[in-house]
Amino acid sequence: MQLFPCPFCGPRSESEFHFGGDAGNHRPEGFRDVTDSEWTAYLYERNNPRGAANEIWMHMACGEVFRMERDTVDHRVAQSFVLGEGGDNGGMA
Amino acid sequence: MTRHYSALSLFKEGLRGQKGWQKAWRSPAPKPRYDILIIGGGGHGLATAYYLAKVHNIRNIAVIEKGWLGGGNTGRNTTVVRSNYFFPESTELYDLALRLYETLGREINYNIMLSQRGIMTLAHSEADMEMAARTVNAMQINGTDAELFGIEDVRRVLPLLNVSPQARYPVFGGVWQGRAGTARHDAVAWGYARAADRLGVDIIQTCEVEEFLIEGGRCRGVKTSLGEIRAERTGMVVAGHSSHLAAKAGFRLPITSYALQACVSEPIKPVLDTVVLSPGTGVYASQSDKGELVVGGALDRVPSYGQRGNLPVLEDVVTGLLEMFPSFRQLRLMRQWAGIVDVTPDSSPILGESPLPGLFLNCGWGTGGFKAIPAGGTLLAHLLATGKHHDVSRPFDLDRFSRGRLIDEAAGSGIAH
Repeated sequence: MQLFPCPFCGPRSESEFHFGGDAGNHRPEGFRDVTDSEWTAYLYERNNPRGAANEIWMHMACGEVFRMERDTVDHRVAQSFVLGEGGDNGGMA
Repeated sequence: MTRHYSALSLFKEGLRGQKGWQKAWRSPAPKPRYDILIIGGGGHGLATAYYLAKVHNIRNIAVIEKGWLGGGNTGRNTTVVRSNYFFPESTELYDLALRLYETLGREINYNIMLSQRGIMTLAHSEADMEMAARTVNAMQINGTDAELFGIEDVRRVLPLLNVSPQARYPVFGGVWQGRAGTARHDAVAWGYARAADRLGVDIIQTCEVEEFLIEGGRCRGVKTSLGEIRAERTGMVVAGHSSHLAAKAGFRLPITSYALQACVSEPIKPVLDTVVLSPGTGVYASQSDKGELVVGGALDRVPSYGQRGNLPVLEDVVTGLLEMFPSFRQLRLMRQWAGIVDVTPDSSPILGESPLPGLFLNCGWGTGGFKAIPAGGTLLAHLLATGKHHDVSRPFDLDRFSRGRLIDEAAGSGIAH
């Protein structure tokens, strides 16, 4: 059983968390001006990196969404962040 | 040297001390140039090479594999073959695979130990029974075999199953596909490898792709750990690692990689002679020819390239199995492992040319690639030989995600991811 760090609740069992996709995958703005390929990229295409990953997760126990940096090969978690904090893109917000 | 496998050659070799067997395939050094290069020496990659040589008569082909043949998902699945899907496009695809499996052993002179013992997908409520009837109707209309089973039929094929009304997931009946079953997974990879090698295909193991050779906007081959290999057309057949190689080729795919785990018990005498899947517990099981119970369940819900399963899912699988078969309670688990599967948003595969011209894809099979190997090989071979889609592969092109023509088998046939 792996523990993931919720920025609000601290370390909790992996089974309490839900994967929410790539950090920084913003919904395209502009409605009718958005092209099919932009929608496809947003809706379906994924980074799915082998190694260092920057992801959005939800802690289903508290309902909060946050950003987590971890490694997809050895599963080590580097750090988790409240959205909008922690540098580069903050995920969303 | 003995090349052909038969009871007679086994007998003759027995008299000679088994010294005359020829190696099943050569291990040549890579040539600098091929007509067609296939990345990935699993079932789908080796089948692609075989059908290119056999059906399209192209012999200057290489298959490169970073590890050993069939060491990825081909050697890690639970060996089930079936075609019980909902949409016509899916039945065309998976039933093509099942039909090819039915004659494969004889065709390639390799015993793939196909056992069409049937698969029972259980229904746990009246509503489930209505959905089961819908699935059976769809399968029959799409031209494959299916039967709606009531509780007495289930009891007959699964005497050890807990069908008590007090069960956590009571059993009302289910969908039966009698032509489904199991096949020896390693034998499929080895059989295709041997047959492809006989037709002149170079199979090169421990040869890892480092980067793609892109010239004039086209894929011209790859740079590998064993040097550059050039080819007119390249096929990428790397399952869970598709996104990783796609990034090297400069595009992204609608794929997330997850670990899918399975486990086997100690071997016991025959107790289970079909494949059974319970959507309630999310667990499926069969018994191998060695007597081990082969058990699998849902994906680990953490994107991963780790090739090992996590404990919460293993717990769910084992408790689910015991809910279904209380008499298995005393069995010990012998082994547990995981493969990295390439899951698409609609749980259907991707077949077709990639955004990089000259590079063709066979990926996105998710949790169900093994059953599709003969079809995946046939269709990618057609794409690589002609540059065009086969009618069966056309709906599975990458363009379905921008056209909005998804083939959603997650909703259609209730795939558990």
